[in-house]
Amino acid sequence: MELKKRKKDFTGALSIGIVRLMFFFLVMVLILLLTKIFIEGIGVISLNFLIDEPRNNMTEGGIGPAIFGTVAVTLLMILFTLPLGVFSAIYLNEYAKDTFFTRIIRTSINNLAGVPSIVFGLFGLGFFILFIGKNMDEVLQTGLLFGQPALLWASATLAVLVLPIVIVSTLEALNSVPKSHRDASYGLGATKWQTIRNVVLPQARPGILTGTILAISRGAGETAPILFLGAAFFLPNLPIADLCIGGYCIPIINPTEQFMYLAYHIFIMATQSSNPTKTLPLQYGSTLVLILLTFLLNITAIIFRYRFRKILGRL
Amino acid sequence: MSSEEQKDFFEKSADSKYAKKIGKYTRLKESAIKFFFAVNGAMALIFIILIFIFLFKEGFRALEHIRLLDFLYLDRTDSAGNVQKVFEWYPTSDEARYSLVPLLLGTLLTAIPATIISTLFGVGTGIYLSEVANPKFKEFLKPAIELFAGIPTVVLGFIMLAVGASFFNDLLNPANRLNAFVASIGLSFVIIPIIASLTEDALHSIPNDLRMASYGLGATKWQTISRVILPAAFSGVSASIILGFGRAIGETMIVLMCAGNASNITADIFLSVRTMTATIAAEMGEVSQGSDHYYALFFIGIVLFTITFFLNLAAEIIINKMRKKNTF
Repeated sequence: MELKKRKKDFTGALSIGIVRLMFFFLVMVLILLLTKIFIEGIGVISLNFLIDEPRNNMTEGGIGPAIFGTVAVTLLMILFTLPLGVFSAIYLNEYAKDTFFTRIIRTSINNLAGVPSIVFGLFGLGFFILFIGKNMDEVLQTGLLFGQPALLWASATLAVLVLPIVIVSTLEALNSVPKSHRDASYGLGATKWQTIRNVVLPQARPGILTGTILAISRGAGETAPILFLGAAFFLPNLPIADLCIGGYCIPIINPTEQFMYLAYHIFIMATQSSNPTKTLPLQYGSTLVLILLTFLLNITAIIFRYRFRKILGRL
Repeated sequence: MSSEEQKDFFEKSADSKYAKKIGKYTRLKESAIKFFFAVNGAMALIFIILIFIFLFKEGFRALEHIRLLDFLYLDRTDSAGNVQKVFEWYPTSDEARYSLVPLLLGTLLTAIPATIISTLFGVGTGIYLSEVANPKFKEFLKPAIELFAGIPTVVLGFIMLAVGASFFNDLLNPANRLNAFVASIGLSFVIIPIIASLTEDALHSIPNDLRMASYGLGATKWQTISRVILPAAFSGVSASIILGFGRAIGETMIVLMCAGNASNITADIFLSVRTMTATIAAEMGEVSQGSDHYYALFFIGIVLFTITFFLNLAAEIIINKMRKKNTF
């Protein structure tokens, strides 16, 4: 009896040990890989690397245009996706009753999150460039301006890609505002919109911000959908145009031009550069910049959410 | 007040003379705002439907020029008059061949090993996080996993290309330096966090009473995990594996960079393969719009979309069933 019990305990302890070992093995591998990137990449990074353009067949210089392109695309993407996502979430959580229509919206949003990112690229090409862009050219008589791969369509496609992230996190944020707060607002005679604007949205703001940051981080890291939506191999000139009203000109992002993209830049340098060994330090440098960027964004989002949950927990 | 009475009360109060104190203008404004939000909700849905429509519209035009059977194989008659079935993806040659078989095999040859590896490590990590790890340590580990899930896939592809490929080349000496195995290791880095966090959720949602009952019967910790917790969470864990598999099939950058991109029909994991996603990514940039090849790439998109759609649907149904069952 005693022997049997000991034997059982032994296999149990062994199994738990294996599970523990698996976990620490994974952590070790990840730390090793990240350290490798950090050590190889940190020597390359300098202010010049961050603002310079690639030179000498991409074997020298920096990643300035790629960083600019990434910022420009994600900025436009957020402009498209944030209003649509937040407003739809407000409708779903505050106005809509649980009908067949809203259930369809919820299910499709969940499924949208699982669609492969390359399929979004196909959608962007078929819908934004060939359908909307070509028709815009015909209506506006602009020749071939919108009907080709461009920054505008890349950000629009990424906007659809990150839409589920924004909607789901906004829904979660709205849902976590206690019903009693709404009731108190109604009790004071506030209308529905006044309640949403003055009571619900201010409380849900950190949650919405978390979703926005996560969406930016996802968009900045995506490569597959923008492969054929205007990401360029090498463009020394930034996609900037002067917008002139009267005598005053201000430089704005030109949405009809092609662009360089940090994630795409890494892909190109790693697979299609003429001299992969010579560009290897630059590849590590660019990768380190992209990782630091996404980590920074994600850590900010995690901290925001942590504080958000803590505040709500206190109520 | 019961909910029925409550409803009645609110309906009556809405008709009372006090309710009418809200001005006509305010009411109009309120319904205009409601309409505005409803339009946004509808627009989100329209975008989702449009993805579906445009993908299928473009993809099915391939069938105007390419027979459905051609996507499976091409009958080639050689000089002796023998008919041979050719399973090749060669859309740019004079005798264009559009067989999806090598691409499908390539996708499975990277996705299945990746899912097996990730199931092992993902479920293990999920068990560790939910049942073994110190709760305080866990509070720090869960965000860390989220952080790693957020690493861009192009970075993972780059790491596998720069470090992983050489490492496995020295270790295993495969036929091709870039092969399905290297790609599936890269894919595992994406899928392990997915399976781990969903498994952790599933295990965590099992009520503590079950654990206590098991301990009370004299079971050890591992007996409780393996015979009580894991069976109870089985549906949740399997849903996480299905979701991980769907993600592995749809992943592009890692397989594009690490799988070698040669469309071999093989079951050898150490040979180069070409997946469906990598084919779209590599060829869409150079294809002329409106050609058969162009529509054939959209057709691959339909196949990808359909496979992942049904995998996601299956996972969602399982998770919904689990939620209903677990409300003790």
